[in-house]
Amino acid sequence: MATSESRRSFMGVAFGTVAAVGGVFSLVAMKKTWDPLPSVKAAGFTTVDLSGMQAGELRTIEWRKKPIFILKKDASMAKDPKRDVVVDNAAYTVVIGLCTHLGCIPAYHPSEQIFKCACHGGEFDTSGKNIFGPPPRPLDIPPFKIEGTKLVLGEEGPEYKKMTKEA
Amino acid sequence: MAHIRKANGLIDWLDQRLAVHKLFDVLMVKYWIPKQINFLWAMGVILTTLFAVLFVTGLLLVMYYKPDTALAFDSVNKTIMQEVDYGWLWRHMHGVAASVIFLIIYIHMFTGIYYGSYKRGREMIWVSGMLLFVVFSAEAFSGYMLPWGQMSYWAAQVITNLFGGIPFIGPELVIWIRGDYAVSDPTLTRFFMLHVCLLPIVIISIIAFHFYSLRIPHVNNEISEELDFDLEAEKYMAGDTRNSKVIPFWPGFLSKDFMYICLFMIFFFYLVCFKFEFAMDPINFDPADALKTPPHIYPEWYFLWSYEVLRGFFFDIGGIKAFNIGLAAFGIAQVIFFLLPWLDRSEVVKPAHERPLFFIWFWILLIDMIVLTIYGKLPPTGVNAWVGFYASIVFLLLLLVILPIITIMERKGAK
Ligand code: FES
Repeated sequence: MATSESRRSFMGVAFGTVAAVGGVFSLVAMKKTWDPLPSVKAAGFTTVDLSGMQAGELRTIEWRKKPIFILKKDASMAKDPKRDVVVDNAAYTVVIGLCTHLGCIPAYHPSEQIFKCACHGGEFDTSGKNIFGPPPRPLDIPPFKIEGTKLVLGEEGPEYKKMTKEA
Repeated sequence: MAHIRKANGLIDWLDQRLAVHKLFDVLMVKYWIPKQINFLWAMGVILTTLFAVLFVTGLLLVMYYKPDTALAFDSVNKTIMQEVDYGWLWRHMHGVAASVIFLIIYIHMFTGIYYGSYKRGREMIWVSGMLLFVVFSAEAFSGYMLPWGQMSYWAAQVITNLFGGIPFIGPELVIWIRGDYAVSDPTLTRFFMLHVCLLPIVIISIIAFHFYSLRIPHVNNEISEELDFDLEAEKYMAGDTRNSKVIPFWPGFLSKDFMYICLFMIFFFYLVCFKFEFAMDPINFDPADALKTPPHIYPEWYFLWSYEVLRGFFFDIGGIKAFNIGLAAFGIAQVIFFLLPWLDRSEVVKPAHERPLFFIWFWILLIDMIVLTIYGKLPPTGVNAWVGFYASIVFLLLLLVILPIITIMERKGAK
């Protein structure tokens, strides 16, 4: 009797172990299936030439299917050494144009010099900092690298690394 | 093997192999329902009917629908609506049923609350019902996304973004759920899978479980009387149908339900034929545009109350970000009803009108949820924001604080 009992529990433990190992592996495989595809990840780089921009001009480009706001600051806009991207001696605000509240796209109102999010009334200043409403933090800055007058989005250049370290 | 003899007909043939008579007895003829219940108890059968409607119309739609961001919009708005014979009918039935089913679910839920049908012995009925509500919400949301219109797109954007609020893993989780950095093709195809395959399977199994959970504690009744079902059933079967307090599910109870189904279906097809626009948001007839947010985003009516709880907290309190308070309140709103059997600690099972304080609580809750629903649709500016704020607070207080206090008072009073 005793031997068959212990055999049975051995079978139980052995089966349980095999099943657990198999289960963990399949969970990992399933998680990875849901991850973004390599082609999606590779499409994550965009280069923009900033040389033609006027002071005070806002440009919206698309990067990783998200809108990116590039605002060339003019003399009336406060500089923000912590967040400004300096290219060719001009300060730019480069931010992901998605409200940090729930992800709507804020619209720029040049007369008031603010970004206004219509969804729940959030507002951001020209440096992308949240100044009113529910957004919990400033607009996010995408990883970038500066190459002459060009900006490469998606790559973490030294300026970007320095910026994130300070923040 | 049982002894199989030559059958004297199809039923007998089946009976020998599948015991269909016994099965029919267990499921229908000897399944006892209290006599004293009103039309509110017909909601369960109406829900089953609506689910069947959704299932069948869904099958027809899925034959022409294309889960591809480039094709989805046209496959719905051109192919199904204009080319497929009666495609418009299936779409309107599907859309209207998806909307109306929530109305009936809410009635079903509030009936349960009113008559205390979640209390001791019936907790599993309540919990499985709430589980159904949650999975149905996921089903509705994933389906809402499929036509790939502007509202679909931005609803998906906002809802998936909510997961970003989860500590530590939030941002990665959002990308993982979407399968891309933004809502796009992989998001559409996986939501398609959820909507037509996984979630329906889950729903059907929980429905089966919900029905099963009714078997042992039995269905409640209008005066919340505790019946001895065995005794009453014996009376019924002995021929004393008059004095027995129960009737069999079939044919007695269902025949009454069929009448309610007929009435409901007339109302339903009136909506499908003449008032279908209420389930179709006009903004969703613009194709999705990732670079332009519609000026005012709101969910379908049945999510408005919890949406309003989410955005009701629009200013920081005590150093906690408004966004996080809203998210936490929203999270609470999603699970709080599950806990109802344990928040209401009073042992009395009675309809609300016999529990004075609970009665008031019930109606305030109902009104508060209607207020939340109305203000959830309005733009959150000025006074609206404040109404939303106070209504959200009232909602949380009612369930988290006032209900336990009321039931403790009731318990003390009873002794
Ligand atoms: S999404 Fe911008 S304020 Fe809510």
